Amino acid sequence: MLQMTGVKKTYRTELVETYALRDMTVSVSDGEFVAVTGSSGSGKTTFLNIAGLLESFEFGTYRLDGEDVSRFSDDERSAYRNQKIGFIFQSFNLIPDLNLFENVDVPLRYRRLSTSDRKQRIEHALETVGLASRMKHVPAQLSGGQQQRVAIARALAGDPKILLADEPTGNLDSTMAHQVLDLIEEIHANGTTIVMVTHDQELARRAERNIHLLDGRVAADEIADKRSAAA
Amino acid sequence: MFRYNVKLALKSMRRNLILTALMIAAIAVGIGISMTTMTVYYMMNGNPIPAKSDVLFAVTMDSWSPLRPFNDDKPERAPHQVTYHDAERLLALAEGKRQTAMFESSLIVEPVNEDELPFEAGARVATADFFTMFDVPFIYGSSWDQAADAAAEPVVVLTRQLNERLFGGEDSVGERLIMQGTHFQVAGVIDSWEPTPRFYDPINGAFQEINEMFVPYSLTLSLELGSTGSDWGWKAEEITSWEQWLNSESVWVQYYVELDSPRDRDAYVAHLDAYVEEQKRLGRFERPMNNNVYDVMEWMDYHEVVANDSKVLVGLSFLFLTVCLLSTIALLLTKFVGKKSETSLRRALGASRNIIFNQQIVEVAVIGFAGGLIGLLLAGLGLRGIQYLYEAPDGLVSLDWVMVLAAIGLAILSSMIAGLYPAWRVCKIPPAAQLKTQ
Repeated sequence: MLQMTGVKKTYRTELVETYALRDMTVSVSDGEFVAVTGSSGSGKTTFLNIAGLLESFEFGTYRLDGEDVSRFSDDERSAYRNQKIGFIFQSFNLIPDLNLFENVDVPLRYRRLSTSDRKQRIEHALETVGLASRMKHVPAQLSGGQQQRVAIARALAGDPKILLADEPTGNLDSTMAHQVLDLIEEIHANGTTIVMVTHDQELARRAERNIHLLDGRVAADEIADKRSAAA
Repeated sequence: MFRYNVKLALKSMRRNLILTALMIAAIAVGIGISMTTMTVYYMMNGNPIPAKSDVLFAVTMDSWSPLRPFNDDKPERAPHQVTYHDAERLLALAEGKRQTAMFESSLIVEPVNEDELPFEAGARVATADFFTMFDVPFIYGSSWDQAADAAAEPVVVLTRQLNERLFGGEDSVGERLIMQGTHFQVAGVIDSWEPTPRFYDPINGAFQEINEMFVPYSLTLSLELGSTGSDWGWKAEEITSWEQWLNSESVWVQYYVELDSPRDRDAYVAHLDAYVEEQKRLGRFERPMNNNVYDVMEWMDYHEVVANDSKVLVGLSFLFLTVCLLSTIALLLTKFVGKKSETSLRRALGASRNIIFNQQIVEVAVIGFAGGLIGLLLAGLGLRGIQYLYEAPDGLVSLDWVMVLAAIGLAILSSMIAGLYPAWRVCKIPPAAQLKTQ
């Protein structure tokens, strides 16, 4: 599904050059649930941004769902992102003056789907996250956990090949965090590939595989110990 | 996508009402002022008779003093009216397809209803050709015929308003009317007719209302119809009788001719030259030969119907609109800065730069549309003010559909132009820029 080989990303200012990713080589198979961990500045978010085609990189190659996306133009990246990738962000990133239906509708609008197709997808996605009855509510009327579930519905409505989650429980209390993680695991169980960035080792253990980043490189890549997470 | 963008625009406008109101106000004031001046300019500059403006000609001949030109500032110009004597001769020669001599006068009308007091009504004294030449519409009857002209018959054509006053708006053709102690017969009643500018007589005011009635030019002699319009004279002549006035060198008659082609125009000027040659031999027309014909638009320019001040005012108002738009650009930049995170999110969810750009442009177009509507209201008030200030007749300065559409179009277009830079700035926001910080 996702193959990065020798990817290098540098941020430059007038004074300093920072290596965010150095020779990053990683591969994620179809249907895997991978957690990416690492300390602050280790390159987790940069990795996720590149994986999500939100940022470009200088060196290396990146294949996503069988396509070499390394030299895609900005427009091509936008279209591919819209078609293949679902995002879940730490701070939910819902648009405050759109109701839940309209928020979930946002990525679908850019696909030029028919009205009935969009409606069907949105209702199904909101049903999946248990918020179908509140589709006319605006985000401010929901709890944090519910807002994150709306964000998940938005990611799911597009029927993505891969779901990229950036600290999806970072802004939630433990009860809500567990609910959201349960939902993510359910989505994974239905066959969606998931890459989740987290600094929380406990959460990482709920994934099938843990990739640990250090200084922009893969420092460890191992199968997760689910038993300790369960404990 | 357009409807979706309009919906987003309305939501975005509601999100920051004060900023939105300021932008709409800036555009509305700019549009209101520029459309007020534009309407006045358009009304002054419009072709009042597009179908015939190139075949109707005002005639000038230089019968002025040999010692100085008619107009010291523009010595090449002949007097813009002719003497009664010359008008009579030109009518008799009848070298054009149609021709009319005319002037403004007034007659005392004795109302049909004896309870009403006599009143003075403005009249245009002209020949029968006037109505055909200038496409005057009739609701009842028609103009008098040329036989009535030749026989100096006391016939009259009334305006709709005067017919309303005298005959209650009924078909009054054939009715009798006493004016100046003479029994006139109503030949026709004209429909609403307000050519703007009043192209056939810019000398006595291009934006005056039309005269209330029309009577044959040939009555001038028998009824001693004097001109209430402008007249000019240069010769020290003893004028103690009506005949002396008619034979004087004073210029007070306007002369129009209809000519079908440029060739006819040249031929007509040649006829004028021949006539003046003949008059020169009789001791008149002592200045160099200077005969001209001016079509309608040339005649409007000649009389500077659109004053240079109006052109400057239009320029200044558009400069003001530019200042308003610059303010709008600043406000849009402020507004769009507040949308960074939403834009970043939309980019992340698959919106291309073009989509984001279009979304912002639709938003400014909607703001422009709202500004245009309010601007139209302001322009309406501005025109009312001008009408009041200059005591212009009702409806003379008003927004027609062309100007309404122009106002809305200008508001939308100028707002979109103002929005180009802010929209370009917004669409450059990278998709990953704000997602972590929201």
